[in-house]
Amino acid sequence: MAEQSTSYTLSETARTEIDHWLAKFPAEQKRSAVIAALTVVQSEEGGSLTTPAMDAVAAYLDMPPIAVYEVGTFYSMFDLHPVGRHKISVCKNISCMLMGADDIVAHLQNKLAIKLGETSSDGRITLIQEEECLAACGGAPMMVVDGHYHENLTIESVDSIVDGLE
Amino acid sequence: MSDSSTPEMVTIEVDGQELQGPAGAMLIELTDKACIDIPRFCYHDKLTIAANCRMCLVEVEKVPKPLPACATPIMEGMKVFTKSDKARMAQKGTMEFLLVNHPLDCPICDQGGECELQDLALGYGRDISRFSENKRVVADKDIGPLVATDMTRCIHCTRCVRFSEEIAGIRELGATGRGENTEIGIYIEGSMQSELSGNIIDLCPVGALTSKPFRFTARAWELVQQPSIAPHDSVGSNILVHARGSQIMRVVPDRNESINEVWISDRDRFSYEGIGSDDRLTTPRIKTNGVWHDVEWQVALQAVADGLRTTSADQLAAITSPTSTLEELYLAQKLMRALGSSNIDHRLRLGDVRDQDSAPAFPGLGCSIADLESLDAALVIGSNIRKDQPILAHRLRKASNAGAELHFINPVDFDFVFSVANRLIIGPAGMVGATAAVAAALLEANGKSVPADIRNLCTASEVDQGAKAIAGSLQQAPRSMVFLGAIAESHPDYSVLRSLACTIASECGGQCGYLPQSANSVGACLAGAQPHRGVGASTVSDSGRGLAALVEGGMSGCVLLGVEPEADCDDPAHVIAALEDCGFVVSMHAFTTETLEQVADVMLPIAAFGETSGTFVNAEGTWQSFSGVVPPRGDARPAWKVLRVLGNVLDVEGFEYESSEQVRDELHRACEGVGTDTSQHGNCYTTALDVGLMRVADVPIYSTDALVRRSPALQKTGDAASFLARISHAQAAQLGLSDGESVSVVQGDARQVCTVVTDTRVPESTVWLSCGTAKAAMLGASIGPVSLEKGSGEGML
Repeated sequence: MAEQSTSYTLSETARTEIDHWLAKFPAEQKRSAVIAALTVVQSEEGGSLTTPAMDAVAAYLDMPPIAVYEVGTFYSMFDLHPVGRHKISVCKNISCMLMGADDIVAHLQNKLAIKLGETSSDGRITLIQEEECLAACGGAPMMVVDGHYHENLTIESVDSIVDGLE
Repeated sequence: MSDSSTPEMVTIEVDGQELQGPAGAMLIELTDKACIDIPRFCYHDKLTIAANCRMCLVEVEKVPKPLPACATPIMEGMKVFTKSDKARMAQKGTMEFLLVNHPLDCPICDQGGECELQDLALGYGRDISRFSENKRVVADKDIGPLVATDMTRCIHCTRCVRFSEEIAGIRELGATGRGENTEIGIYIEGSMQSELSGNIIDLCPVGALTSKPFRFTARAWELVQQPSIAPHDSVGSNILVHARGSQIMRVVPDRNESINEVWISDRDRFSYEGIGSDDRLTTPRIKTNGVWHDVEWQVALQAVADGLRTTSADQLAAITSPTSTLEELYLAQKLMRALGSSNIDHRLRLGDVRDQDSAPAFPGLGCSIADLESLDAALVIGSNIRKDQPILAHRLRKASNAGAELHFINPVDFDFVFSVANRLIIGPAGMVGATAAVAAALLEANGKSVPADIRNLCTASEVDQGAKAIAGSLQQAPRSMVFLGAIAESHPDYSVLRSLACTIASECGGQCGYLPQSANSVGACLAGAQPHRGVGASTVSDSGRGLAALVEGGMSGCVLLGVEPEADCDDPAHVIAALEDCGFVVSMHAFTTETLEQVADVMLPIAAFGETSGTFVNAEGTWQSFSGVVPPRGDARPAWKVLRVLGNVLDVEGFEYESSEQVRDELHRACEGVGTDTSQHGNCYTTALDVGLMRVADVPIYSTDALVRRSPALQKTGDAASFLARISHAQAAQLGLSDGESVSVVQGDARQVCTVVTDTRVPESTVWLSCGTAKAAMLGASIGPVSLEKGSGEGML
C-alpha cells in the first residue's frame, strides 16, 4: 500500500495496555493479543469498535485487517455500532431460561421501552442482542452489566441494578 | 513432510479395493488417484485442509462415527467404505444441511450447469426439502470489476479465503460474523487487490463467486472448449478458451503443473474482452491524400508489395511485437532479409543495445519455471515481478515460504506478496552502483580483487551494508539465481547491469536469468526478429539497425507487425516522429489507433488472440503451439498467411507454406542446438546515465499489450495505468511541492501537466511516472532525466 489512510491512532494508554498483553505471548505471535487489544480499544471508544479502530489494531499487531474484522464480528462482546453508556447482557441459555430469563428480558424490554439489540432513547442502556451461557449457571438467572456479573436475579433486583445506572 | 527420506508406504482397503500411499497422506488423496469418487466442496489439492463442508464423510471400520476423507490420514490396514449405508446417510445428511440455506433457483444462477453443488445435489439430495422455515439472505458485496458475488449462495467452504491467504498472498477475504450470520467477503467497501483474484471464480463450488464480465452471457453447455496459450507474460499459462459460435466468451485455466499449475492471472483470464473492441480493424485499408479507404485484400497487398519493392533495402525496416507468434515473426524476418534488409527488431522496450552481441542466444529464465520454487536465494534487479509475471511471482512466493531469501534492487519499493530479505531501493543511476556493490562484495568475499571497472561503479556507498548482506546470502545459498527484470531491460545502462549481474551469478555459483516481458520475447530472438542475429539467434554477416538506430537514422519504408507505437515502445514520441518521417508505413494489426491512422499508409487487418494458430516460446524455453478457436473477425486473416501471400506477391522464394505447423517445423529445425543456457557474460562497464532527478517508469500490468489495454473490466481495476508523478516526501519538500499539486513534467522537449503524489515507496532523486497513458507516451523514454516545474497551464514559471 502506498499509505494506509488510517484516520485512527491508538492512544498512548491503549498502546501501553496492549503491550502489557503482548508481553504474554511469543514475539512472532502478536495476533494472540487481538481480543485483548480490541477490548482495550472498545472501552476507550465508548463501548463500540469502528473499522478505522480495527485497522489500527491490525497495523499494531501486524495482522491483515480482515483477520481483525473476523474477530470483531465473531464475538458478542464486541459491538460494531454505537452503544449506550451501559451494556446489559442477559443470559438466555438453558439454566437461566429454566430459571426465568425470559421474564427478565421481557421486563427489561418493557422497562426501557426497547427491544434486544437496541439502545434506550436517553443513550443510557443497550440491551445486547443475544447472549449464550456466561458460565454462571449456579446463580441462574443471571446477567452481565458492564462486565460485572449479577446472579440469582429477581424482577426487583434487576430494577434496583438498572435504576442505579447513570 | 521431509523430502530427504522416502516415507513409509501404507496399505489400506477402500470399498474392497487395495490402495497404497505414503504414511501421512489423507484418504481423499488416495481415492482421487484411484478414481474412487468421494463428494467434496471444501477440499482442494492446492489449498490447506479445512474439513468444514463435511461432504466427504466416509465410513471407516472400527470407527463409530463417519470421518471426513479429506482430513483423515491413512493407517495401515484401514478399511474404508465410501458407499456403505452409513457413509451415504452421512453424505446425504450433509447435503440436506447445505441446502437448508442455499437457494433452489439454479435456472437463474450463473453457475447453473457447471455447479458442484447442483451436480452433487442430484446424487445426494432429497426430492423434497424438509426445511420449511425462512432461508437466510446475505447482501451482495462489490469486490471489484472482475468477480461478481451472490453471497446468499455461499456454502462457506472457505476455498476463496484460503486461496487469498495461501496462494495470492494477500489475506483480503475472510469469514465475518458467526453461526448463521457468517458471511464471506472483504468486510470493507473496496476491490480485491490480487492480480490472481479471478481464480476464486474457478475455486468457488457454487454460484457465489462468478465472473463479472461473463455473467449471464452464456450457459456452460453452449460453449465449445479448446486449449490455448495465454498471450501476455512470458509464462505461457495453459488456458481453455470457451467459445460460442464465432465469439470467445471466456477463458479459464488448464492444468499444467510445470507451468501455471492450476492458476492464471487476471490478465490472462479477462483480456479476451479486448478482441471485440470497437477499434478492431476488419478490412484492409489504404490512405490516399490523407483519407482512409476500405479496399480488397488484393489491392492492399499489391500496394504493400509496390511500396516495399521501391524502398531501398537499407531504408527498409520491420518493427514487430514480441506478442506476435513465432510463425509470424519468422516469416516477417524472412521476408525482410529476402528483400535485403536486416533492419528488424522486436525489442521495443530495450533501453541499451551496447552489448547486444554478447547477449545469450536464449534470453530466458535460466531455469525451469518449477525450479524457481526450489531456489535458496535470488537477487532480482529492476522488476515489479508481482505485476509483470504474476505466476513467476507465485513460484518465488513458494520458494520464500520454504525459506528462500529474496533480494531486490529496484528504483521503486514495489509491494510484493512474499517476504523480501534485503531491498536496495535506489534511483536509476544508483541501481548500477548498488548492483556493482553486490558484485564487489561477492568478489571480496571470494577473496578476489575487485576489477577497477567494477570498483569505479560503486558510487552509492549508502547501499554497501545491504549489498554485503545480499552477497553473503547469495554466496551461502546452495542454489541461487540473479534475474534481470523489465525495468532493468529498459534501463539506459542495461548492458552494465547485465554485465554486473553475470559477475554476481558466476561468483555465487548461480546463473543469470532474464524475466522476458512478453508471451514471445524469447521466441522472437529464436525466430530471428533482431537486427544483429538471424534464425536460431545465429550471427549474421550483415547486421542491421535496431529500433533505436532506426529512430535515430530514419527509414523510408516500414512494416509494423502488431505494434502500436504510442503504447508498445519505450520512447513512443520519438518512434512516432520517425514513422511520420517515413515515406511508406504498413501496419499489420488487429486494431487501429489514432496514431496508426496518422503514420500508416496501408493497414492490413490480422487475426487477434484466439483467431489464429501459432506458437509461443515461454521464459523457460518450452515451445507451446495452439490453434485458432474462432474465425478472425470480418476480412481479417492470420498474420502468417498474410506474410506468406506477401512473400508470393513479392516473388520471394521459400514462401510456399500450407500450414503454420510447416513454418514452425522449419524454424524448429533451425533452432536445434540453441539450448536454454543464459549464462553468456556481458562486458560493459561504462555508464551512460547522468545523475540528477530521474524519471523511472514501469509498464502497468494492464498496459502491456494491445489486447489488455482494450479489456474494459481490467481497465476498471486499481491496477489500470494512471498519470501521476510519484515522489518521496523529502523530494517534494526539496522541490517545494505538496501532495495533489499540479506540476509540469519536463522530459527533453516534452512537457505535460501532471499531479504530484507523495509516496514512501519512491527513493530520492526519482520521479515514478508509469507508462501506459497517452500523456506519459508523449514524455519520452521510461528512464531518463526529468524536471518538475511548479505551476501548470499557460504562463507558468
